[in-house]
Amino acid sequence: MATTDSAEHGEPTRRDFIYIATGAAAAVGAALVAWPLIDQMNPDAAALALATVEVDISQIAVGQSIIVKWRGKPVVIRQRTPQEIEGAKAIAVDQLIDPIARNDNLPANAPATDDNRSAVSASGTAKGKEAWLVMIQICTHLGCVPLGQQGDYNGWFCPCHGSQYDAAGRVRHGPAPQNMEIPVFAFETDTKIKIG
Amino acid sequence: MAGQSTYQPKSRGARWLESRLPILGLVHSSFIVYPTPRNLNYWWNFGAILTFMLGAQIATGIVLAMHYTPDAALALNSTEYIMRDVNYGWLLRYLHANGASLFFFAVYIHLFRGLYYGSYKEPREVLWILGVIILLLMIAAAFMGYVLPWGQMSFWAATVITNLFSAIPLVGKTITTWLWGGFSVDNPTLNRFYSLHYLLPFMIAGVVVLHIWALHVPGNGNPTGVPVKSKEDTVAFHPYYTAKDLFGLTVFLVLFAWVVFYIPNFLGHADNYVAANPLKTPPHIVPEWYFLPFYAILRAIPNKLFGVIALFAAIAVLFFVPWLDTSRVRSATYRPLYRQFFWIFVVDAIGLGYIGSQPPEGGFIIAGQILTAYYFIHFLIILPVIGLVERPKPLPSSITESVLARNGAHAGALAAKG
Repeated sequence: MATTDSAEHGEPTRRDFIYIATGAAAAVGAALVAWPLIDQMNPDAAALALATVEVDISQIAVGQSIIVKWRGKPVVIRQRTPQEIEGAKAIAVDQLIDPIARNDNLPANAPATDDNRSAVSASGTAKGKEAWLVMIQICTHLGCVPLGQQGDYNGWFCPCHGSQYDAAGRVRHGPAPQNMEIPVFAFETDTKIKIG
Repeated sequence: MAGQSTYQPKSRGARWLESRLPILGLVHSSFIVYPTPRNLNYWWNFGAILTFMLGAQIATGIVLAMHYTPDAALALNSTEYIMRDVNYGWLLRYLHANGASLFFFAVYIHLFRGLYYGSYKEPREVLWILGVIILLLMIAAAFMGYVLPWGQMSFWAATVITNLFSAIPLVGKTITTWLWGGFSVDNPTLNRFYSLHYLLPFMIAGVVVLHIWALHVPGNGNPTGVPVKSKEDTVAFHPYYTAKDLFGLTVFLVLFAWVVFYIPNFLGHADNYVAANPLKTPPHIVPEWYFLPFYAILRAIPNKLFGVIALFAAIAVLFFVPWLDTSRVRSATYRPLYRQFFWIFVVDAIGLGYIGSQPPEGGFIIAGQILTAYYFIHFLIILPVIGLVERPKPLPSSITESVLARNGAHAGALAAKG
């Protein structure tokens, strides 16, 4: 290192400075060249362009779900039954494994109440929307697709590692650490939603 | 590699080459006259077997790549096209897929051989660490290769394994998106895995060269653990160990051929002949058998981040084995206590493999947790403590003495006759 020189001579020399300056310039240059090699792996323009889908929900009866593909992920749109809604509302937020709503339509720290999980959060009005759950049906453990209307909590059960979710898609039994994610979505009309 | 080369080129051509690039002398000193302990048993065959398997995987892989299409829409069909239409395609693919299994089978024996005979001890720590690096590269290569047919198991293996990185706090999601090249496992993921799957075997080959280099500096260990002391303790690598390695390899290839020709799908999963479907996870997903113990460790811990940490720690702990083992005696043959714990550990590892193959419910969870705890206790507590409390058996004064003592009666009879 350059300091050997300076230790002998008492103070840094012009050569020490040149060594460090050269090394620093080379390091910056290497990082600049490396970045394109790294960033090429991030989602490309085509993947980013597929960012929204519109879905007609008029044919989904109470107790039915459909799954649509958004950004390559399964998004479940479910019209929940009154019993499911009641059951989900009955749970106090502080009893949940993950008390955060994980809803991209709400602030990041919104609590995981049933209203904050259901479509009420995206429509801004409770009228007739609390039955709708729009959710990325991917287990927050390791990304499997849980099976709907199974398990002990009237919701989802993941066959890979046994995580369970309730009727609002909130994790109730590990190893999953978080509630299933709610994507950004909006009601275009009462029977049509736009995801993304 | 082993001292000054005594190689004398005989032909004019060899002399010409040797004076410009002394590669013939290197081969001569490393693989012909190379002094090898005279008492190596069949557990020492697996280095040669593994070298062969790496070459075989590269050879079959390169020709398979001539027919495979790394596109999410075409990959499974091109795999079936290899199986049905390509000349001997079925054979090449079965050799490659089952070759991976046999490769891991051999590497695990090689690894346990090292654990039993203390092959990691001074002065072979770097040799051991290079071996663990090869194991890591093999795991990566095998995983990415498994993804390429793009069946259901391929897709969900890719999803679950890449999601391990989402457990990293703060940047986990950014990293998985970067690994995928999208917002889920998709065509970009398949393409990059194909590229890396082609690259990794050559990286392995490079580390294998370092591994053999690091082996040839101190020379082979041996079943007694006593270092070579005189010329009497060794024999030339050729013909003694070339012949023994070829024999061992032949026996191994009988096993390989049996798997390929009689039970080629036994080690696979039927679900992987179903096209990848990102909307439906198969009801029971398990990795290939050689990952099952690690999978069991992942599932034993009911917390995502700590489960992933345990998984990586299970492999990382191997790096530290040379320093965790405090015993000055290498070979378990002379370590009565360690020998028992070694076999308990073997049973533990096999038990973890069984648990990994079972669904995560009921008693399997508890059993998996106990076996996982023991896995780490073995390395972190038992290994250091035994070395301090154990009273090893007396070591033979040399390799030759141990060989002659074992064949004592026989040698004595010969001497009497002579």
